Amino acid sequence: MKMKPLWALPLLYSASALSQERSLNLTKGVTEVSRDVYDLHMTIFYICCVIGVVVFGLMFYSMIRHRKSRGREPAKFHENVKVEILWTLIPFLILVGMAIPATSTLIAMEDTSDADVTIQVTGSQWKWHYKYFDREVEFFSRLATQQQQIDNKFDKSENYLREVDNPLVLPTGQKVRFLVTSDDVIHSWWVPDFAVKKDANPGFINEAWTRIDEPGIYRGQCAELCGKDHGFMPIVVIAKTPEDYAKWIDETEAKQIAEQKRQQELLDMEMSMDELMAMGEKIYNSTCAACHQPNGQGISGTFPALAGSPIASKPENIDKHIDIVLHGVQGSAMQAFAQQLTMQELASVITYERNAWGNDTGEMVQAADINAAMNK
Amino acid sequence: MAEQQQSYYVPPSSIWPIVGALGLGLIAWGAAHTVIEATSDTQGWGSHVLFAGFGVIAVMLFGWFRDQINETMSGLHSDQLDTSYKQGMSWFIFSEVMFFGAFFGALFYARMIAVPWLDGASNNVMTGEVLWPQFVAQWPLVETPGGTKTQAMGWYGLPLINTVILITSSITCHFAHVGLEKNKRTQLTAMLGLTIVLGMIFLYLQGTEYVHAYEELGLTLQSGVYGNTFYLLTGFHGMHVTLGTLMLIIMFLRVLKGHFTPQKHFAFQATSWYWHFVDVVWICLFVIVYVL
Amino acid sequence: MSTVVDDHNHEAHHDHKPSGITRWLFTTNHKDIGSMYLWFSLIMFFVGGAMAMVIRAELFQPGLQLVEPQFFNQMTTVHGLVMIFGAVMPAFTGLANWMVPMMIGAPDMALPRMNNWSFWILPFAFVILLSSLFMEGGGPDFGWTFYAPLSTTYSNDSTALFVFAVHIMGISSIMGAINVIVTIINMRAPGMTYMKMPLFVWTWLITAFLLIAVMPVLAGAVTMVLTDKYFGTSFFNAAGGGDPVMFQHIFWFFGHPEVYIMILPSFGIISAIIPTFSRKKLFGYSSMVYATASIAILSFLVWAHHMFTTGMPVFAELFFMYCTMLIAVPTGVKVFNWVATMWRGAISFEVPMLFALAFVILFTIGGFSGVMLAMTPVDFQYHDTYFVVAHFHYVLVTGAIFSVMAASYYWLPKWTGHMYDTTLARLHFWCSLISVNVLFFPMHFAGLAGMPRRIPDYAVQFADINQITSIGGFAFGLSQLLFLWLVIKCARGGEKATAKPWDGAEGLEWTVPSPAPYHTFETPPKVE
Ligand code: HEA
Ligand code: HEA
Ligand code: CUA
Ligand SMILES: [Cu+2]
Repeated sequence: MKMKPLWALPLLYSASALSQERSLNLTKGVTEVSRDVYDLHMTIFYICCVIGVVVFGLMFYSMIRHRKSRGREPAKFHENVKVEILWTLIPFLILVGMAIPATSTLIAMEDTSDADVTIQVTGSQWKWHYKYFDREVEFFSRLATQQQQIDNKFDKSENYLREVDNPLVLPTGQKVRFLVTSDDVIHSWWVPDFAVKKDANPGFINEAWTRIDEPGIYRGQCAELCGKDHGFMPIVVIAKTPEDYAKWIDETEAKQIAEQKRQQELLDMEMSMDELMAMGEKIYNSTCAACHQPNGQGISGTFPALAGSPIASKPENIDKHIDIVLHGVQGSAMQAFAQQLTMQELASVITYERNAWGNDTGEMVQAADINAAMNK
Repeated sequence: MAEQQQSYYVPPSSIWPIVGALGLGLIAWGAAHTVIEATSDTQGWGSHVLFAGFGVIAVMLFGWFRDQINETMSGLHSDQLDTSYKQGMSWFIFSEVMFFGAFFGALFYARMIAVPWLDGASNNVMTGEVLWPQFVAQWPLVETPGGTKTQAMGWYGLPLINTVILITSSITCHFAHVGLEKNKRTQLTAMLGLTIVLGMIFLYLQGTEYVHAYEELGLTLQSGVYGNTFYLLTGFHGMHVTLGTLMLIIMFLRVLKGHFTPQKHFAFQATSWYWHFVDVVWICLFVIVYVL
Repeated sequence: MSTVVDDHNHEAHHDHKPSGITRWLFTTNHKDIGSMYLWFSLIMFFVGGAMAMVIRAELFQPGLQLVEPQFFNQMTTVHGLVMIFGAVMPAFTGLANWMVPMMIGAPDMALPRMNNWSFWILPFAFVILLSSLFMEGGGPDFGWTFYAPLSTTYSNDSTALFVFAVHIMGISSIMGAINVIVTIINMRAPGMTYMKMPLFVWTWLITAFLLIAVMPVLAGAVTMVLTDKYFGTSFFNAAGGGDPVMFQHIFWFFGHPEVYIMILPSFGIISAIIPTFSRKKLFGYSSMVYATASIAILSFLVWAHHMFTTGMPVFAELFFMYCTMLIAVPTGVKVFNWVATMWRGAISFEVPMLFALAFVILFTIGGFSGVMLAMTPVDFQYHDTYFVVAHFHYVLVTGAIFSVMAASYYWLPKWTGHMYDTTLARLHFWCSLISVNVLFFPMHFAGLAGMPRRIPDYAVQFADINQITSIGGFAFGLSQLLFLWLVIKCARGGEKATAKPWDGAEGLEWTVPSPAPYHTFETPPKVE
């Protein structure tokens, strides 16, 4: 039969695939759980292969031997209770055999008790926010690949689409618990090396955990369609030894506390228009432009334009403008940015929006104004 | 062809199906645009197209049923065809049951799973602790996690009266049917008329109840999942009662015209099944939505 | 199911059909309606396929080349919707319309006018759905699964059109299903007992029950999406006491049985073709019936295997994992029965048989990846990657679509009265077989290596796999042009086909001449 060599093709392909482990097969990963998962994957894969070889083998045998062109007369049988029972029972038993290890692995994966470190992971369109429980450390983590690489204007770097500005830092050897949630739509936090994939559901917290064996850099990405930039929402985790980790978290905590102090002091400081505009443009392009577009035109029908919009260009609406940026718009994709940006950044980005693209209101918003609006 | 056919009547070509499809198409397009326009302050053709769609469907129903009635009257319908209609109607009602099932399922899920989880039940301890520290699970959900407050709808008073009315109407509907089968036309007419009146009273009271809920209890479509399940379940039920009442009225008119025989009265029977179905849905509603 | 029939070919003489366009618009004839369904389905297959080509072209290389991410998402979404609701389901309904009355010896479908209504709703529904792609803000872009709140708070205004289009599609499917059920229960010829019905009739009967049970639930789901988006309800919003995951429960309660709706009729087709070309009775007829019923019943207990990562409690995950794995047992029974039917038969390889054999193997491969996905801990790794995409294209394209092609090659002579060009058909088969595997097999590896689905751009290490996949995709797409050409050619003329072109075929449909007269079995045949 002509079909046979063809059928062998995918098999050959998979054989060669398995030899190149990392690039074509499931990630083995760096945790006990991820290795259990990998083993389970290989076990079922082999079982399926064996069943496949038996079933397809019989089929091809029959296709070759029992052909009409060989002058075969068809047999008359059309049932046999014994074999039918047999081929109901055997698959059932095989499945039971597969279910046992799966059950124990699953139960282990879902046991998040007794964690050493707890981190709240919040997805939002289109970035991750990490907050270390019991420490004053929290930050956003965004895609760091340049837009020009995506638009094919620059060459693509090695970690194209898999690099972020602020990676998550975790200790090795300790049980890390993730509290996964979302600010807007459903995202999913996935790092293949840990075999952790948990949906980030707005309004609910899902728990997951990992214990990483080796220091290193592990990459993953959002695994639930979350809108336009779902494909641009990577995750990078740096695992450090407990000592390095302790050092890192102490330093970061100190830095963040100092930064907060500085922010408080800055409240009294006025920035010049140029400073505001320069900073505002930067913030706008990294935070707002994904929806409202770099030219402020938005995307009609989905994201409103800011250029020439009453809110952003009429003096009487300045309070409303600040309010929207701080608290978002209920029931729309506009998020609350009060916690995401510093007061200075908020002030500058609002100033920018009120003066760019022909919205020449000439108005300045200062950090102190933001502070006042927040405390209202 | 049809004339020589002893066993099963296959109708000749008919314009009505495609008219019906056009009607549904207009309704779908019109309804979508009506919704969009109503919620975005824009003007457009939405509601016009929607009403045109309803108009087309009305014409279609009229024409289709006229053909159908003429066929029945001229004896083209065999018993087997009657059975087809009956089975078709039963499975249609089954699909309606599943439609309500979706909303009852949502009610069950919200009440038994989502709300307790928001307060930290099951594997959602941190949900309650971190995200909704103030929230207390309860049903009816008179205060949502977001803080919207409302009041629960009691089961005594109007809902109870409505239950009695609808059950009574089911009984009168049954006796109308008995009257038809025993060829007691006065009983048929009286009982059918009574059923219609009861159906209308039910709808009126249901309307009153909505007004009460909106104005006095602050129970609105926006006040959280309790109000949502309440309004969607009772609302869709109300729409079915309306449809059922319309069907009953048509039956009434046909009865007045002298249609139906004790042996052959599929349309009447279908309507009465539909009415009983609507009644059963209400009983489930009353127990699950109001009492429990 | 051996059926001997009294002769009734004399009926052919009053075979006068109406002519002109109104024949199609106003028809009540199951064969006309069947043909319209099949043509509609073919058109939709090409429309959905064209969208798949856009997807594959964008994914040919990393980086954004052709389309914006937003438009890419619309392509993915509408591709899925069009293929499922526009191509596969109407194809099966078309086959049911053509074949079920002929197979059970009925003069037509039980409710012929409603039958035409069911069909004509579809063009309206799809015009509405597809036209939404051109409105301001674009068409639906939340995946064919339209998870809330992406489809509610965060969607554009095409959502309303999507919702109502789905509503009327649902009405169409429900009416179609009711028609099939009533026809099968009420219109069987004397002597055509349930256990003598061809398996295609059985599988469709069970499919129809699935349809009327789950399409209304889909209607409920879209209704809640509508009210959440436009009327301020919070079914899927935690702040109001709802839960986005509740949407997924309701959707998949529909969605999982839906995937069996798309495969059970295939099982029926394959169970007709393999015995014919093995010249041997189907092995284990009754266990086939029971297996189909078990699959249908189990399909209501497994929906949450699409939701393993949503954070359900562990006992729920275990329950759904076990139930899902169980489905492999009755499906296995079917596969084994087909192999046993071939065993010691006298097999020949006409084109329908080629597609049927490819179906058995490739569907089983898709089933294997299904069982792998069913294992919850491993699904955490597979979920929402191209491994899933590979799985469902194996069961849908080399499963459902291949079975429809097998069915077309099997019954085309009966429909058109002409034999098709078998050389061309063989060419179509081999081109499709090779290219479809080049298209979908590498997707397994992309998924395992970590490529998520529904992304317009990807990391560079997936570049090679995607390139191969895209090439396979273009080749598979072009191969389908052969099919189109062949069908048109066959409809317009060709060698006359006999009443029974396949020597091993059994069943009432082969007792009437080819092409099947406009009206068949006006007096019911007697089945012994
Ligand atoms: C025709 C459609 C069809 C069919 C028939 C199936 C059949 C099966 N599917 Fe599939 N599935 C889909 C269409 C289909 N699926 C779609 C469209 C999706 C994605 C939806 C989306 O997210 O967009 C999906 C997704 C999907 C998932 C979710 C993946 C994820 O998102 O993470 C899972 C998980 O359990 C799954 C499992 C199965 C199983 C166990 C079967 C079983 O029925 C398969 C049974 C068959 C066999 C096993 C082969 C034959 C058996 C033997 C030879 C016997 C011996 C075998 C053993 C003992 C192993 N499917
Ligand atoms: C029965 C259902 C069905 C069928 C038949 C197909 C057929 C195909 N699908 Fe489909 N697919 C789905 C159902 C189906 N798909 C579903 C449900 C999804 C999930 C959607 C979601 O995530 O929400 C999906 C998603 C999906 C994706 C993932 C998208 C993503 O995650 O971003 C991809 C990617 O390659 C893909 C590709 C293809 C291809 C190449 C074909 C090919 O088989 C198509 C071949 C046919 C043609 C090409 C048409 C005929 C030829 C022409 C029009 C002539 C022109 C030809 C050329 C120019 C070459 N599909
Ligand atoms: Cu976030 Cu996808
Ligand atoms: Cu499923």
